[in-house]
Amino acid sequence: MLRLTDIQLLYGPIEALRGVSLEVAEGEIVTLIGANGAGKSSTLKAISGIHAVVGGSIEFRGQRIDGLPPHEIVGRGISHCPEGRRIFADLSVRENLLMGGYLLPKSETAQQLEQVLAMFPRLSERISQAGGTLSGGEQQMLAIARALMCKPALLMLDEPSLGLAPIMVAKIFETILSLRQHGLTVLLVEQNAGAALEISDRGYVLEVGSVTLSGDSRALRSDPRVVQAYLGG
Amino acid sequence: MNGRNLRNDLFYYLGILLICAPFLKMHTVYVPLVLLVAWGVRSCAAFAGESRTFSDIRLKTVNTLVAHQTLAVGVILSAALLLPFASSNYLIDVLTSAILYAILATALNITVGLTGVLVLGFIGFYGVGAYTTGILTAKFALCGFWIALPLSGLAAMLCGVLLGIPALRLKGDYLAVVTLGFGEIIRIFLTNLNGLTGGPNGILGIKRPSFGLFTLDHPRDFYWFSLAMLALIVLIVSRLANSRYGRSWVAIRENEMAAGALGINVFRKHLLSFSLSAFFGGIAGSLFAVKQGFISPDSFTFYESVLVLCMVVLGGIGNVIGSVTGALLLIVVPEFLREFSLYRMLVFGAVMIAFMVFRPNGLLGSRMITQEIQDREDDGQ
Repeated sequence: MLRLTDIQLLYGPIEALRGVSLEVAEGEIVTLIGANGAGKSSTLKAISGIHAVVGGSIEFRGQRIDGLPPHEIVGRGISHCPEGRRIFADLSVRENLLMGGYLLPKSETAQQLEQVLAMFPRLSERISQAGGTLSGGEQQMLAIARALMCKPALLMLDEPSLGLAPIMVAKIFETILSLRQHGLTVLLVEQNAGAALEISDRGYVLEVGSVTLSGDSRALRSDPRVVQAYLGG
Repeated sequence: MNGRNLRNDLFYYLGILLICAPFLKMHTVYVPLVLLVAWGVRSCAAFAGESRTFSDIRLKTVNTLVAHQTLAVGVILSAALLLPFASSNYLIDVLTSAILYAILATALNITVGLTGVLVLGFIGFYGVGAYTTGILTAKFALCGFWIALPLSGLAAMLCGVLLGIPALRLKGDYLAVVTLGFGEIIRIFLTNLNGLTGGPNGILGIKRPSFGLFTLDHPRDFYWFSLAMLALIVLIVSRLANSRYGRSWVAIRENEMAAGALGINVFRKHLLSFSLSAFFGGIAGSLFAVKQGFISPDSFTFYESVLVLCMVVLGGIGNVIGSVTGALLLIVVPEFLREFSLYRMLVFGAVMIAFMVFRPNGLLGSRMITQEIQDREDDGQ
């Protein structure tokens, strides 16, 4: 479904990605793990077009999407839920969600809103509250729900468990699993490598801008190198 | 009613009384009148879906709230319509220029308030609008006011687009400085383009608009005409603010990256808000030209840009009714400070500082969500 070939990305003179290649198949949950600064978020930004790549190609459903502006990439069915939630604090929960469905035709918006809210009952309780007044976990729920509003085929989540209480983290991961049952493909970036590998099918390990390990999540979880570096073996 | 709400209300009314103090000192009988108008204004704000910072609005049920608001809007509108019968021509003239500034502030509020783009040279668009009307109707007498009015808006909008395409790639302070430069460039153009603009002497003899045989010569007639234009523009902008476009502007203001990741074309939305803002600025300029009958570059200085910005900030950033209120206060009140004109800027500065300390969100607060009231109703509170 999504194929990255030899992606390079620069922040000024700094090479953030030095030839990353990876693949995501339809219906999979794929995790990117790695230390701070390994290039996980940059990979997602490259895919969604928020940061332009300088080399390599990105294909989505057989078509090249690198070089397209972000709004066109969203239009093709890739939704990016960026790190740190970034909800619109002064807009209500409903308005936040409506912004997520910005590219949907008007006739479908109401129906999609209903479907998304059915998945997140907590949000329908708070539908008229300003986004900024929600708790951290609720804000993360809102960020995910907002990213779902555009009916994506591929959802990219950047650190959804960041700064949340353990019980909330478990809830978020449950949500991700249930999203797959709705037929969604998920590309997940996580610091919390153990939990992420547990729910995903495959994983990639990034180190200083390139992929050093990849494979089945179960195999990665027992790989001594992964255990020592990321799982606190 | 909790302590914070009470404090909030208190600051609102005290703020209004403070600004109006010099005026009220001369005419103490007007204190209740000013308070009544202040109450009406915030009710209007709630009516337009702008404010939820006030305790009395929070505690009312939806039905009484709507009745209360409709009444307030009715009172304010009929007062505004009947005012000319009870005032001198001088006061009508002051009010008319306050209305023109209100249009300017409403227009600037689109970029500064809703989209979060700081513009420091906004008066440039006002100048372009005014001179377009001046040149078309008086200097070369090519057409009448009714054709010049939309053309003035479009000319300002064109400047907005031409400036916006390169400038909107910049962010924050850098963009503000570029727009400041734009305002100055326009003023210098107007001063030096002798053949077209009359240079420092400006353009004389711009005629008042007329409907067929009826000319808006009397200040009262022109006041009503400006009032109608203001009402129309406020209606358009507040409808826009609560539409898909308004939401996407606010989304960009809140978080540009998230907005982009949701499929909003950030640059295009910036450009749209910028050029719309310029359009209404140009319309205000055109009205200014026919009101004065004479325009010169002196009317379009940096001071004016700052003044309009202050109106937006004073009223509450992103709050449409707030911009109008800010304009009324900052134009009408200093008129009554004429006798202390030496200290005028001093008082002005002190008031702005007091606002920053005690009411950083402006008189009416930023744009807020009305549905909360509905919620409280549902909760049976």
